[in-house]
Amino acid sequence: MASETRDTRRGAAQGGMSFSLSDPTFRAIFYQILVVGIVVAVGWYLIANTLDNLSRRSIATGFGFLEREASFGIGESLIDYSPRDTYGRAFLVGVLNTLKVSILGIVLATVLGTVIGIARLSSNWLIAKLASVYVEIIRNIPPLLQLFFWYAIVTESMPPVRQALNPIPGVFLSQRGLFVPVPAADPVWKFMGIALALAVIVVIFVRRWAKDRQARTGQPFPTGWTTLGLLIGFPLIAYIGGGMPTALDVPELAGFNFRGGAVVSPEFFAILIGLTVYTAAFIAEVVRSGILAVNWGQTEAARALGLPSTETLRLVVLPQALRVIVPPLTSQYLNLAKNSSLALAIGYPDLVSIANTTLNQTGQAIEGVAMIMGTYLTISLGISIFMNWYNKRIALVER
Amino acid sequence: MTESVHTGSIPDERPPANTVGPVAWLRNNLFNTWYNALLTILILYGLARAIPPLLDWLIVHANGFDTTPQECRTNGGACWAFVSEKLRFILFGTFPYDEQWRPLLTIVIFITLLLVSCDRRFWKWWLGLLWAAGFAAVAILMWGGVLGLTYVENTNWGGLPLTLILSVIGLAVAFPASILLALGRRSDMPAIKVMSVTYIELIRGVPLISLLFMASVMFPLFLPTGVSIDKLLRAQIAFIMFAAAYMAEAIRGGLQAIPKGQYEAADGLGLNYWQKMRKIILPQALAIAIPPLVNTFISFFKDTSLVIIIGLYDLLGTAKAALTDPAWRGFYREAYLFIGVIYWVFCFYMSKYSQKLERDLRRGHRR
Amino acid sequence: MKSGILAATAAALVFGAVTTAQAGPTLDAVKARGFVQCGVNAGLPGFGNPDSAGNWTGLDVDYCRAMAVALFNDPNKVKFTPLSAQQRFPAIQSGEVDLLSRNTTVTLTRDTSVGLNFAPVTYYDGQGFMVHKKLGVKSAKELNGATVCVQSGTTTELNLADYFRSNNMNYNPVVIESNDEVNAAFFAGRCDVLTTDASGLAGTRAGVAPVPDDYVILPEIISKEPLAPAVRHGDDQWFDIVKWVVYATIQAEESGINSKNVDEFVNSKNPEIQRLLGSSPGMGKALGLDEKWAYNVIKKMGNYGEIFDRNVGPKTPLKLERGLNALWTNGGLQYAMPVR
Repeated sequence: MASETRDTRRGAAQGGMSFSLSDPTFRAIFYQILVVGIVVAVGWYLIANTLDNLSRRSIATGFGFLEREASFGIGESLIDYSPRDTYGRAFLVGVLNTLKVSILGIVLATVLGTVIGIARLSSNWLIAKLASVYVEIIRNIPPLLQLFFWYAIVTESMPPVRQALNPIPGVFLSQRGLFVPVPAADPVWKFMGIALALAVIVVIFVRRWAKDRQARTGQPFPTGWTTLGLLIGFPLIAYIGGGMPTALDVPELAGFNFRGGAVVSPEFFAILIGLTVYTAAFIAEVVRSGILAVNWGQTEAARALGLPSTETLRLVVLPQALRVIVPPLTSQYLNLAKNSSLALAIGYPDLVSIANTTLNQTGQAIEGVAMIMGTYLTISLGISIFMNWYNKRIALVER
Repeated sequence: MTESVHTGSIPDERPPANTVGPVAWLRNNLFNTWYNALLTILILYGLARAIPPLLDWLIVHANGFDTTPQECRTNGGACWAFVSEKLRFILFGTFPYDEQWRPLLTIVIFITLLLVSCDRRFWKWWLGLLWAAGFAAVAILMWGGVLGLTYVENTNWGGLPLTLILSVIGLAVAFPASILLALGRRSDMPAIKVMSVTYIELIRGVPLISLLFMASVMFPLFLPTGVSIDKLLRAQIAFIMFAAAYMAEAIRGGLQAIPKGQYEAADGLGLNYWQKMRKIILPQALAIAIPPLVNTFISFFKDTSLVIIIGLYDLLGTAKAALTDPAWRGFYREAYLFIGVIYWVFCFYMSKYSQKLERDLRRGHRR
Repeated sequence: MKSGILAATAAALVFGAVTTAQAGPTLDAVKARGFVQCGVNAGLPGFGNPDSAGNWTGLDVDYCRAMAVALFNDPNKVKFTPLSAQQRFPAIQSGEVDLLSRNTTVTLTRDTSVGLNFAPVTYYDGQGFMVHKKLGVKSAKELNGATVCVQSGTTTELNLADYFRSNNMNYNPVVIESNDEVNAAFFAGRCDVLTTDASGLAGTRAGVAPVPDDYVILPEIISKEPLAPAVRHGDDQWFDIVKWVVYATIQAEESGINSKNVDEFVNSKNPEIQRLLGSSPGMGKALGLDEKWAYNVIKKMGNYGEIFDRNVGPKTPLKLERGLNALWTNGGLQYAMPVR
């Protein structure tokens, strides 16, 4: 702002406002107005056309339909949903399903990708080769093709539901998905959840205290073991205190399908495995280049200080590698979240699939697409903010 | 006492067997520690379990090119008859059967263009002309209607030519747009900067499917009544919008890598903005940006498979359509393997090329 | 040519904006363009389906051709645009197609907020269920707990929910976007039940099932699915033409006129037939068409019964009986308004 006024003053000092294109200040303003003008004109033209089209055909507009009854069924949902609920709630079911598959996918892909990335650097020739074959094959095949493949494996190659495979008692594998027994409903599970939350809070305090003490006195504290003990111990106490319920809700073949237990549907399985396997190949490359980016001298220096190799990795190599890894890792997470929209093609009810159904039923295409885009922008923004925060936390503090 | 004195050279001895040679290699690379030895043995066992049945399915018990589907089903093993029966449909879609040399030639033209453009000896001004000529030839071949070729509607285009058209033409059109966007993002003019950033981040923040949906169901409403753009062109526009945003980011990376001195030197020579960009900055920035651009193109090439969702028949679409034939239902492994290999060959060679280029460029910098 | 269309559209827009009530821009635009743009199903045997040589066939397709005959006396002056369930409404709303003839059910929402006008019903359908014979299911009432494959974005998806809800049964939907994928999932065994319009089930069983006799269509018809061609709001003249082309084919069957004997009726003394075939003029002019419009349609495309039999009747792989689609005189619902 300040520089602008100064520029104008200078222009004025040189003999009044010159409105010629040879004046850089004026030229910049002129070009900006021109470009903004063109963009606004094109935008206005498209919007005017759209409004004209909508009103001439008397097509309904607005988001009023979100309040109306959806009256279509959804295969799987994290919250209670029936066709009696509104389009708004149906959309929420879709958003939650997207989040579910994205978050699980991110966790699994990170684990698998890290393992493969480290395996590529292994001194074992066989492991390194296998890992690079994996990366080269998976990266170079379209994710949608891989999804179709995983889905076909379940639907075409698994046995029908009446001849379900039964590898472990209570676990059934068939075209309808994987049915596993879950502990039967009991208040104890809720108490264990509360105990776990408490444990997390205690762990945070303990770690802070241990860090302080080490900074003051130099005495290390075995935080790792304490953390593990607390996280397991608290819920275990709750479990024992609650009477140690052992009842299981075992799936049973009843009528057309298994009843009871928990189910991993073929659609969910295909999208989760597809996203994990695909993204892991990219994460492996990110991890590998991150580790390679740390100068070998750092490892040698750590050894010279007498750090054992695990400590070398934990205290010297990893913190430096993470700084290189996190930015590209963020974009891989974003890609995974965006690729979860491919669920539509195999019938997993993610938000795109449900918005698609909604826009078909209501005929309101613009609102439907706007909802998809808005939600994804929010998710992308969320991941970016979180990863930026994390990146700042691990960034090199220059003194 | 006679001392034995060697005259002449001592014959070269092979080093001891435990430092070089296959045994040493095995020891150094597979059995250097106890856990590596354990892992090696586990993996070898796994491979021994997995590979023979795979080979058995792929080759030994596979059915030849002229088996019937019934024989395939009873024999087990891969059914390559499916691929040979559906080969032309998968590659060319519903293009008129007798005219299918035209899409075949289209594929050849595209591959030639890509190969020629990969060779740095051909990075001359006439490369642009070659591309224009290639596109003209493709348009004539695919549409026809001139030179005695029958007219073919673009609803009949499909298979590999469609995949190549969407990706290669998308790339060619998005490239200049992405340069403008990248320059816009680094511009001093606030309005232009804001608009470029908004566009790039908006497109990169949403999945490609939503853009394709927009092209498929919203574009028609944007246009005045009676004016319509056909489905293929709409998908192509969506791809261009998508590619432009991602390529702009790759180019921005290149622009950021140019040291400030280059800008200042250009300013010092009295060059104006466009001269500065065209003669000094862009040639260097683009050279740096080529490897990430190739990577963008690879992911873009894979993403063309998404058009199946809006009802266009690219390579994946035709393979899926071939699978719906009741007589040949269930041979999905063969179908996916076949097109998977096609996609893989394209992407793998492009990624190898980008790695090679990266090495070459690094070497250039070191000098 | 493109600029011609543009100019015509621009002119049509200007005039259309002034005189929307009397005459619509669509007829003029179509005439200037020289062909009808028709949205059809991408692959539903019997209704809209390209044969192996790429020619479009089916009942819905024949009504597109009938429109081309009424306008240009040439059944090939049509450009077919295959549309998915998702694309069909935006395509007709935006004017990408002039006519949507794609087994679309008439509903209140579509008539109002989607902005469509529906021509007379060309096929009275109803939603049914298909199951594998092995399941031993005899009635839809036994389907509690079943997994059901259904195409997304259709009335079918909604009826399914209504039916199970009103019968206090549960189901597990597998909702997939493309019709091919739905069928593939069902025949692979992903679902117990496939549901869509009964005519579609017949077509799927005949054309897609690995062994058609392994599958049974359950007797229950759970919904009314009147399928009709649709045009967009705001162009009454174009709507009238579509409406009366359909009525003309029905009236022809009622009057015993078909593609083979239509010439014998040209000199008929029956005033109703004279008006229909243009022997006594006036009807064509009222619609803005040639007086021979109905004659041409019947001559080139046949009457309703011929169109039905050719595409979905007992001699086709679909083997559908006339049922509700018989003329009202034979106990069906097909009833043409008087041409006068």
